[in-house]
Amino acid sequence: MNVPENLKYTKDHEWVLIDGDVVTIGITEFAQGELGDIVFVEIETEDEDLDKEEVFGTIEAVKTVSDLYMPISGKVIEVNAELEDQPDLVNKDPFEGGWMIKVQVADTAELEDLLTAEQYKEVIG
Amino acid sequence: MKRTAFFDYHEALGAKIVSFAGYEMPIEYSGINNEHMTVRNGVGVFDVSHMGEFWVKGPKAFDLVQKVTSNDVAALTVGQAQYSCFPNGKGGIVDDLLVYKYEEEKYLLVVNASNIDKDWAWVSEQNTMGADIENASDSISQLAIQGPKAEAVLQKLTEVNLSEVPYYTFTVGAIAGADNVIISNTGYTGSGGFELYMYNADAGKVWEAIFEAGKEEGILPIGLAARDTLRLEKGFCLYGNDIDDTTSSIEAGLGWITKFNDGNKFIDCEYLLKQKEEGVTKRLRGFVLEDRGIPRKDYEVVTENDEVIGRVTSGTMSPMLQKGIGMAYINKGNTKFDTEIFIKVRNRKLKAKVVKIPFV
Repeated sequence: MNVPENLKYTKDHEWVLIDGDVVTIGITEFAQGELGDIVFVEIETEDEDLDKEEVFGTIEAVKTVSDLYMPISGKVIEVNAELEDQPDLVNKDPFEGGWMIKVQVADTAELEDLLTAEQYKEVIG
Repeated sequence: MKRTAFFDYHEALGAKIVSFAGYEMPIEYSGINNEHMTVRNGVGVFDVSHMGEFWVKGPKAFDLVQKVTSNDVAALTVGQAQYSCFPNGKGGIVDDLLVYKYEEEKYLLVVNASNIDKDWAWVSEQNTMGADIENASDSISQLAIQGPKAEAVLQKLTEVNLSEVPYYTFTVGAIAGADNVIISNTGYTGSGGFELYMYNADAGKVWEAIFEAGKEEGILPIGLAARDTLRLEKGFCLYGNDIDDTTSSIEAGLGWITKFNDGNKFIDCEYLLKQKEEGVTKRLRGFVLEDRGIPRKDYEVVTENDEVIGRVTSGTMSPMLQKGIGMAYINKGNTKFDTEIFIKVRNRKLKAKVVKIPFV
């Protein structure tokens, strides 16, 4: 299972790429595998200020719908428009092409709460 | 939790296993879209051993089957199968099933896994005429080999000329080294193929022979998830979703298996005849989403003015159409084809259109 060392993670199987006070967020390779073929990614929160653990969108596999949760508080400044026509990028390339949103972080101290790659590996066993 | 005779194969193939109707069943192997398209274009194999099988035998066998099922059993000759349902005496459906006329006084009823206990109790209760009935569900394994290449693969494994077994007929013969297999030209995918009923002891060798024979054709194992998308694209009803104890066969569009011939005095026949003649207040319809999204069971169907006119019973993203499709009970007055309807998908209201089934 690929768990890149340069990323941070959440128990909800999201990854976070930190670049100063802007972070990029997606779901992990483990998560996409559990969901199966992803057919629809719905994110309608661009430009909204959301709190940590609020829902920023939903992801639909053929058989399931799952909410996507904010790993940190902040403003959604960009949504990956590619996912509208190619939701399967989340399956094929979860850590790069399958990214979902970019967030202007409200409080960088919250980033300390995220899991390291080592810690996340323990979560997924 | 029960396991079918094929469980070890599923596990070795890395299937995702879920609990379904008391069985540990494979829901997905290589990915639902890949599995779906494999059946549409090639050949795939489903373990459907969880399905239930009841034998009805003896001089009273016909009377019992005719009484409990809505279709006309008198129309069956030995070697034919029939899609049917058990009306529940209250205008609903106990289950849908296949009826096989195995011998002159011997029928096989194949019922849904999730309803085996309920069906057995129902059939037993209705057996006032004293037919000889046997619940053989635990001793029979079943595989469905489906897709346009299914016949070619199976033909390598049997002396039976499969081209002489037309749709909804069956024969009993040897295949893949197993004797007495029911080789039935039926299925739940709409892509053609066969269903095989065999003894549990033969399950392993039949599975292995089929996968060996199908290598060239790119045969793959198919899980329950793709079974659902395949049946839904063809508009086949799923018990528990599209039909249940509260919906009648007439409302479900199953008038074609509800036969009011003289002599077919089945349970609820008078009530259902009245529904057929006077019309129903709701009707199961297919719809296609015009907006992007996926309808799912229990979502509301509404008009442009937010009046609730129905409820979704099944929905999915169609792998063939790449659009959201579904079935819903829709109130009278809104069921004409091409009617514009809306599906409430969480916080959004998506435009859809009533269409004829099958979808593909």
